[in-house]
Amino acid sequence: MSESVNHTDRANTYDACPGADIAQESPLAWSFFNSGAPAPRPNSRVVLRELADRDHLILRGGAIVLDEAVRQVFGVSLPARPQQLVVFNGGVSSLQWLSPDEWLLIVPFGQAYRVETELRQVLGGASVAISDVSAGQTLVELHGEDLAMRELLMKSVAYDVHPRNFPPGKGVTVVMAKSSAILRRPDDSRWELVIRRSFADYLYRWLLDAGEEFEIGVDRNS
Amino acid sequence: MFHIYCPYCEEWREEEEFHAKGQAHIQRPLDPESCSDEEWGDYLFFRDNPRGIHHELWVHAVGCRKFFNITRNTQSYVILETYKMGEQPRFTAENPNGESQGGAASADLDSQTASVQEARA
Repeated sequence: MSESVNHTDRANTYDACPGADIAQESPLAWSFFNSGAPAPRPNSRVVLRELADRDHLILRGGAIVLDEAVRQVFGVSLPARPQQLVVFNGGVSSLQWLSPDEWLLIVPFGQAYRVETELRQVLGGASVAISDVSAGQTLVELHGEDLAMRELLMKSVAYDVHPRNFPPGKGVTVVMAKSSAILRRPDDSRWELVIRRSFADYLYRWLLDAGEEFEIGVDRNS
Repeated sequence: MFHIYCPYCEEWREEEEFHAKGQAHIQRPLDPESCSDEEWGDYLFFRDNPRGIHHELWVHAVGCRKFFNITRNTQSYVILETYKMGEQPRFTAENPNGESQGGAASADLDSQTASVQEARA
């Protein structure tokens, strides 16, 4: 299933992605089953969709070395400004500033190991940490009517989500309900939430409850 | 709503994202083996509790998760400035008005302080 391989003298890396024959459950699978997932209706002003087909990696280290490596592997530069979010690969992959020495990299499902290996090869002996956190968190997308999404978020987070303060290309870690989440805006029409697996059910039910007045629907065909 | 300026996120953020972590600028004795019990006890257990300007260590727990320093007035609760680890405060008990010494104060800090006072008014 997974094989331990030594890539450099400094880090043990292994492919955490099981083969296609092993069924994978998304963090929200149980919630869909247990709490239900109302299908989007014509009058749904907000639609929620889990993007479970993504791998998440945390990159830690100096901005300059990581920027060079990311440029070589993906052809995009590392977000250098606080709260900056860079979307590439047709909106599927993204890189987000989390802290002065920490970035969240999201790539299509099953690519984490290849990406990590490529980054490590480019980085050589640089002092960095790359961790696969795919199993620990999930990406949830909200799309629909601009004002309805904003009102839903205003009920949930203590952060100004007005476009004046939250333009596309921004992402912040915020207190959401009684938990925390990464809130990001990849483009004009969508909001994304990165939520922890252990809080996924709580936040999913919170969103369903908060979105009730907007006839929130859940799109299961991701 | 009460906002604190995070010097790493470079933004005003909600107070509930932060936690106080006690007195700032505590120095570990350089040679613990040879320092006296009193010096070691002071380092471990004894903290200042001033009336007026105090330097505190805070952490942006939800957010960038970085530790930084706050200069706060314990009488009025006014936050005079926030600054990164390793930097020196502009406001001190000896210099409560933050007068620049050798032009160290930046325009950024001025605007920060002004908006704190505005928010308080």
